[in-house]
Amino acid sequence: MDSSFDSSGIARPLAPVRPLPEAAARQAQAVPLRVRKSRWPARLDLLQSASGLFLALFLVGHMFFVSSILISKDAFYAVARFFEGAYFLAEPRPWLVSGVVGLVLTVFVAHAWLAMRKFPANFRQYKVFAEHKAQLRHGDTGLWWIQLWTGFALFFLGTVHLYGMLTQPELIGPYESADRIWTGNMWPLYLLLLFAVEVHGSIGLYRLALKWGWLEGRDPAATRRRLRVAKTAFSVFFLGLGLASLLAYVQLGIAHADKAGERYVPQRAAAVKLGELEFAVSRRPGG
Amino acid sequence: MNAASSGPRALTLRILRSSPTEGIAPHWQDFHVEEAEGMTLFIALNEVRETLDPALQFDFVCRAGICGSCGMLINGKPGLACRSLTRDLGALITLAPLPVFELIGDLSVNTGKWMRGTAERLETWIHSSQEVDLTAVETPMEPELAEAIYELDRCIECGCCVAGCGTLRMREEFVGAIGLNKIARFRLDPRDERSDDDFYQLIGDDTGVFGCMSLLACHDVCPKGLPLQTQIAFLRRKMAASGA
Ligand code: HEM
Ligand code: SF4
Ligand code: SF4
Ligand code: FES
Repeated sequence: MDSSFDSSGIARPLAPVRPLPEAAARQAQAVPLRVRKSRWPARLDLLQSASGLFLALFLVGHMFFVSSILISKDAFYAVARFFEGAYFLAEPRPWLVSGVVGLVLTVFVAHAWLAMRKFPANFRQYKVFAEHKAQLRHGDTGLWWIQLWTGFALFFLGTVHLYGMLTQPELIGPYESADRIWTGNMWPLYLLLLFAVEVHGSIGLYRLALKWGWLEGRDPAATRRRLRVAKTAFSVFFLGLGLASLLAYVQLGIAHADKAGERYVPQRAAAVKLGELEFAVSRRPGG
Repeated sequence: MNAASSGPRALTLRILRSSPTEGIAPHWQDFHVEEAEGMTLFIALNEVRETLDPALQFDFVCRAGICGSCGMLINGKPGLACRSLTRDLGALITLAPLPVFELIGDLSVNTGKWMRGTAERLETWIHSSQEVDLTAVETPMEPELAEAIYELDRCIECGCCVAGCGTLRMREEFVGAIGLNKIARFRLDPRDERSDDDFYQLIGDDTGVFGCMSLLACHDVCPKGLPLQTQIAFLRRKMAASGA
C-alpha cells in the first residue's frame, strides 16, 4: 500500500535522457525495492538556502561597515579595529578578521558547491534553457539566468577578494584599503564584484522567500509583486551605497598614491565615543 | 476603438509544421485568415483546416478550457488555443507544438502518454487499506476540505506548466509542477493513508520537489490558475521537514 518504488531517474543518473512515460512505466512494473530514499537531497536543499541566506545577511552588514568611509576616515578606521577586537582585547588581533573571513569563505565555497548542482550540466541543457528563456520571455525565468551568470562570476571575483582579506587582515584601513583599490589596481575587480554580488544576493533573497513560501500571507500574488519591488530596491540601494563607497576609496587612493603603503594614523589618536563606551582606537595591531 | 471602421484584421498564423511519421522536418508555414468577432485560435485553426489545408494536425475536444487537449506554444508561451482570443494577440501569431511531449504532428502532441507515466511514477491515486464497499454511502468530508482538494483537482493536464518549466526542459526526469500538485492533492485527501515519509519516497530528491528552482513559469502559465507557487513551497517545507 505504501509507496515502495526506489527513486526514479536519479537512481540511474548516467542513463540517457529518454521520454518520461517509458521510464515511468518501467518503474511501475519494477519489483518493489524496499530502498529508503536518501535524506541528503532535503539536507542539501536546506543547506543551499541557509548558506545563501548567511552570505546575503553577511553582505548587508559588510556593505554598511565598508560604507563608513563615507562618514570619515576615522569612522572606517574604528570599524576596522573593532573587528580586530580592539575594544575588548588588550590589543587588536587581525587574525580575528582572518577567522571571520575564513568562515565566510567556507560558507561561500559550500554555497557554490551546492549551487553548482543547478547549473546546466552540459551544452544540451545550456542550449535548451537559453532557447526556452528567449522564447518564453518570462520574468522569473530570466532572473534565474542572471543568478546563474552572476553566481558564476562570483566564483572568481569573490574568491580573489576573500583571499586578499584572509591573508592581509591587518591591511584594512582608510589608506591601506584605498591604496589597495587604486594603486593596487583592485578597483575594476571590486566594481564587477559589487554588481555581481548585489544582483545575485537580491535575486537570491527574493527566490528564497518564494521557494519556501515565506511571507506568503493571504494574497501570495500580491506578496510576490511586493517582493519583486523589495528585490529591486535592495539591489539599487546597495549598488548605490557600494558605488559611493568605492568612489570614496578611489578618490582617497588617488590622493594618497604618492604615499602609497603608508599606514593610517587616526586624527584624534586619543579616544572616540561609540555609544556609551569609551574605546581606545589609537592602538595599532602589532603595536 | 475604431476597429469596425478599419475593417477586420488580416491575421497570419505562422505554424510550425512537421510530421515525424512521414519524415517531414519541422518548418514554418504561414496561413492567412480574416479575423472575426470573438475569434479564438480554435476557430482560426479550424478555418485554416477547412479552407486552406485539411492535413493540418491539432487537437481539440471541448473548446471550453476543460479537456486540456489544445495546449500549444502561442507566440512562444504555453497556452490553450481554445481560450486564446485573437484580439489579444498581434496580427502575426506563431503557433508551435508543446515541447517535452511526444510529437504526433504539427501542433498535436501526446500529452496523455506523459501524464500516464507521471501518474504511475507518482502513484497519483488513493492508497487505502480499507476494503471499498461500493454500496455504502461515502463518508462525509468537511466542505472546506473538499473545497481545498477540489481546488487542486481542477488541473486539466494540459501540459502548459510542463512546457513552461525551464527546469524540466533542462532535466526531463523532473516531475514538474503538475506532478507536485498532484502529490499535494493526495496529501490533503483523508482517504489516502500515505504519510509524508511515503511522499518523500516519491518526490524527496532533485527529480522531485528539491529540483524545482522556483522559476514559477508553471504558476504564471497555468490556464486554470492553480496555486502552484504556494503548493510547491508548501510541499518543499513538508518534504524538507520529513527528510532533514
Ligand atoms: C561562487 C559564488 C556563488 C555561486 C556560484 C552562486 C550560485 C548560485 C546559484 C546558481 C543559485 C541558484 C540556485 C537555485 O536556483 O536553486 C544561488 C542561490 C543563492 N545565492 Fe548564490 N552563488 C554564489 C555566491 C553567493 C553569495 C556571495 C551570496 C550572498 C550575497 C549568495 C546568495 C544566494 C542566495 C540567497 C541564493 C538563494 C538560495 C536558494 O535558492 O536556496 N550567493 N547561488
Ligand atoms: S497544473 Fe495547470 S498548466 Fe499544469 S497541467 Fe494542470 S491545468 Fe495545465
Ligand atoms: S517553479 Fe519553476 S522549476 Fe518549479 S515547477 Fe514551476 S516552472 Fe518548474
Ligand atoms: S479544447 Fe479542451 S481545453 Fe481547449
